[in-house]
Amino acid sequence: MSGDAAIITFDHVDKFYGDFHALKDISISVREGERMVVCGPSGSGKSTLIRCINGLEFHNSGVLTVDGVEVYEDSKEIYRLRQEVGMVFQQFNLFPHLTVLENLTIGPIKVRKVSPSEAEATARKYLERVRIPEQADKYPAALSGGQQQRVAIARSLCMESRIMLFDEPTSALDPEMINEVLDVMVELADTGMTMVVVTHEMGFARKVADTMVFMDGGEIVETAPPERFFTNPASARCRAFLDQILDH
Amino acid sequence: MTASDTSFVPKGRPLPQRQPLARVIDSLVFSIVLYSVIVGGIVFLAYSGAQAMGYNWQWYRIPQYFYTVTDDGFQWGEISTGLVKTLTLSATAFALAVLLGLLTALLRLSGLVVCTAVAVGFLELVRNIPLLVLLYVFYYVLGPIFGFDRYWASILCLAVFHAVLISEIFRAGINAVPKGQWEAATSIGMSKAQAYRYIILPQSVRFMLPPMTGEAVHMVKSSAIVSVIAVAELTTIGRNIISDTYMSFEIWFTIAAVYMVVTLILSIGVSFVERRYAVDT
Ligand SMILES: Nc1ncnc2c1ncn2[C@@H]1O[C@H](COP(=O)(O)OP(=O)(O)O)[C@@H](O)[C@H]1O
Ligand SMILES: [Mg+2]
Repeated sequence: MSGDAAIITFDHVDKFYGDFHALKDISISVREGERMVVCGPSGSGKSTLIRCINGLEFHNSGVLTVDGVEVYEDSKEIYRLRQEVGMVFQQFNLFPHLTVLENLTIGPIKVRKVSPSEAEATARKYLERVRIPEQADKYPAALSGGQQQRVAIARSLCMESRIMLFDEPTSALDPEMINEVLDVMVELADTGMTMVVVTHEMGFARKVADTMVFMDGGEIVETAPPERFFTNPASARCRAFLDQILDH
Repeated sequence: MTASDTSFVPKGRPLPQRQPLARVIDSLVFSIVLYSVIVGGIVFLAYSGAQAMGYNWQWYRIPQYFYTVTDDGFQWGEISTGLVKTLTLSATAFALAVLLGLLTALLRLSGLVVCTAVAVGFLELVRNIPLLVLLYVFYYVLGPIFGFDRYWASILCLAVFHAVLISEIFRAGINAVPKGQWEAATSIGMSKAQAYRYIILPQSVRFMLPPMTGEAVHMVKSSAIVSVIAVAELTTIGRNIISDTYMSFEIWFTIAAVYMVVTLILSIGVSFVERRYAVDT
């Protein structure tokens, strides 16, 4: 399923927030169709890493290429690129003043200039896919956290994105809602979508990841296929981290 | 189980009763009585004071300034035309103030040094000049230069003065929208302008409505100041009538009451709109 062409490439990328060195010499690439799971302690730079991919943050040096386009602040292509790259946030970030259906159609209609009827058809298709077609006319506040996050996933899918980024998509959810979101993500992985997922849900990672990445202190400490990552990580820091999150 | 469920009999012991005195003081009837006594007292004092001065009350002459019905038919009176002038003046100035205020707020939030400097310069300039002086500047200085009359000098002066206050309302309203909304809008490829238009501003409306009402009321009231350059609005009309009739007590009471009715209607109208917004989101 996975092609060989890299769709995301970090080449010696550094990122600073003021004086703070948030990403240190990152070099990594993601192939088309690859599922990469990123983990690491809080503050290690995971969010920063994936937010650079769609230009929510901009790196300061090195080359970051996404879908053949170099990402930098004044790039003319950045708006088009963001349409190719969907993002799901920890806090869902649905638009509270719009209904679920409007949340899904506003991007296609206003940004991609799709006709409203076509946008609605697409939206209903993806609501079906995330298993909440009956909530289309409600406002986000009327939905549970798990439902909101599934709407957020559908909103990104409606942009017909080719890459999906997830930043701890289940961390803000009550435990009983985590699986309904993960199930949707597993199905999405099965369609061959390129995914970069920041999560500590190691069961999910075992199931879908092609590559595991461990970050600490702004660096990528370990990159390995899941079999080796979970059984025999090379670095001590990674082993300590896994021990911590796996024993409960 | 709802409150209207009459079959409901509580199993628990009833709560202790409140003190009888506390119940009386909290009651609606008591509030109304107290309110009436205070207002009545003030009116009585004013009235008896005026009597003591030997003031000659002529309330019967007031209605003709609202409207007259003669052989020629129905005609609006001077106070009514003055009120219409006050309302059109305030409404035009308010519309301009909202546009200018939005522009200033966006410039200030743009993050571009030049734009921020322009906005802050404008804000500080206007904020530090008294309204009366600003009006003179518009009428005696800018009016002749740019060729606008006293009516437009008033409108522009009020618009500029209130734009400063309104830009702060916009800024606070925009900043009250969580950062995640910007990120979500950006991540689906929206430009800054699209994010403002479809995502941020519609959500700020909810935060901005109450202070905006305050500003609209404020506008109607501060429009009275243009009487110093003799624009024929409510306050000017009041002064003119008094110089003809010497009924200063009746006229000023009447003019004040007219302003009050207008601003009260404004506040009540907006509170309905607010309630609608509260339900929708
Ligand atoms: N906008 C910002 N300004 C300054 N520092 C930031 C900003 N965003 C993140 N940081 C810092 O960068 C580091 C990495 O943050 P982040 O990428 O969010 O980590 P993670 O997602 O792994 O928890 C943290 O120390 C954080 O405090
Ligand atoms: Mg994070």
